[in-house]
Amino acid sequence: MILSVDGVEFSYKSKKVLENIKFKVDKGDVVSVLGINGAGKSTLLKCINRILKPKKGAILIDDFNLNKLNSLEIAKKIAYIPQSVNGNYISVFDAVLLGRKPYIKWEVSKKDLKITSDILKLMNLEDCALRYTKELSGGELQKVAIARALAQEPRILLLDEPTNNLDLKNQMAIMKIIKNISRSQNISSIVVTHDLNLALRFSDKFIMLKDGMIFSEGNNEVINSKNIQEVYDVNAYVDNYNGIPIVVLV
Amino acid sequence: MLLSSIYSLSIGGYKLSLTQIYHSLTGNGDNATNLIIWNIRLPRIVAAIVAGISLAVSGAVMQCTLRNPLASPYTIGISYGAMFGAAFAIIFFDVGGAESTGKIFVNSPYVVTVFAFIGALMAVLIILLLAKLRRLTPEAMILAGIAIGSLFSAGTMVMQYFANDLQLASMVYWTFGDLGRPLWVEVGIMTVIMVFSLIYFIYKRWDYNALESGEESAKSLGVNTERTRLWGMLVASLLVSVNVAFLGIIGFVGLICPHMVRIFMGGDYRFIIPISALFGAILLLISDTVARTIISPIVLPVGILTSFMGAPVFLYLLVKMYKQ
Repeated sequence: MILSVDGVEFSYKSKKVLENIKFKVDKGDVVSVLGINGAGKSTLLKCINRILKPKKGAILIDDFNLNKLNSLEIAKKIAYIPQSVNGNYISVFDAVLLGRKPYIKWEVSKKDLKITSDILKLMNLEDCALRYTKELSGGELQKVAIARALAQEPRILLLDEPTNNLDLKNQMAIMKIIKNISRSQNISSIVVTHDLNLALRFSDKFIMLKDGMIFSEGNNEVINSKNIQEVYDVNAYVDNYNGIPIVVLV
Repeated sequence: MLLSSIYSLSIGGYKLSLTQIYHSLTGNGDNATNLIIWNIRLPRIVAAIVAGISLAVSGAVMQCTLRNPLASPYTIGISYGAMFGAAFAIIFFDVGGAESTGKIFVNSPYVVTVFAFIGALMAVLIILLLAKLRRLTPEAMILAGIAIGSLFSAGTMVMQYFANDLQLASMVYWTFGDLGRPLWVEVGIMTVIMVFSLIYFIYKRWDYNALESGEESAKSLGVNTERTRLWGMLVASLLVSVNVAFLGIIGFVGLICPHMVRIFMGGDYRFIIPISALFGAILLLISDTVARTIISPIVLPVGILTSFMGAPVFLYLLVKMYKQ
């Protein structure tokens, strides 16, 4: 077990957004967080990353309570990729190097440069290392965001709708990257997504949120007609195609 | 910058040869040359370099911390706050004066300087307090700056309306940014503040890069975004306030230099900060040399020239960069 979320609560003013959230994540697992808009998925990621401060509860990584760590120490353990990733006039290399920010004192070290080069290689971004991120496609931009997150050498990777606005091919490619990285680097990934089929295909564990609470949690069996009806208020059934479960909307 | 400085030392109402400059700088010059170089041209050149660096760098940092390419000492109301302070001092301490030739000057310039500084700081503090207490977004901070600038501008106009001819002329004279005003002591104060601010900004360059990647990304990289913004704004505003108080208003340098550097060097603050500093220094030095010599022996205030040059360049940049 690498991450333990224990009784987390969060509210925006008087409106409760998260209530008594409890779950655990194992090393190298990909966890999908599912639910309708406003269920509290993004808020949960931000609470784990301490971008938002939970009102109650504890988050432990490798038995370290995040409450006792400062923002730089948290950044060395958790990397977060927000919903919208924008390019600007900074090269891909420098954008990835920025992921070393929590480790940089005054100037970048040789180690920072080596880690950046290695990650560019791992992510197949070497060819566009000198291009401005502003010039990249949505898929490439998302890869750069993941590469920057990896440069933080995190134990946990949080991704808020990483396949948003991507075409089918890039959606598959990005989810494959997340899965492979989690396995090969022993990083646990928590992915907020609206795509149940991508979630089923690439995740090890599922958390379904409803009204700020965990409605259901577990392996792919939690994605069933009854739960989909309860959480999303739509009729669907789960079929099987060459051993891969697929959700079919009715 | 060195070449511009040497050229600027040599040119003017009284032209100096390179040999004369060398002798004077090494302590072997004649009295007349020493007077021109050490008392008139050199403080002016150093003031141009220091002010150019200060304005350009604070413009770059303001544009980053407020996440707005139009952020500058003008847009957040610092210049108008200083103008109000100076007008207040001129009216209530009656420090305006005129030579027999009709040339306007300001008696007790320190009174005006101190009040201009207070005015500039008031503008900054109001915005920072709003940002801190009401948690204003960077965009709202710009709008608050425009509103505060407008308020100070209206206050200045009220004072101008009730001022006599001499006071009115002194107020207008003060608003012209002029590098001829500061003596070595003032140049020294400006330099010390500039050096400390520049070191601080360079130290924070990675935080500014993180801010450019978005609020949430920056936070996830361990940057305390609110604190970085507040301190960035505070240091940049202090830097500008000192410059405006000693020199008057020198427009567009803070707006244009970072933009030009971004066009050629990209959006990396490791380069934007030092190169904007260099560019600002050279731009203001050349502008002042032109202002001193273009209709010699009359010396134009450099603020007029930077505004004349800056406005069309800025319009060109706007059309080029932001057309749909």
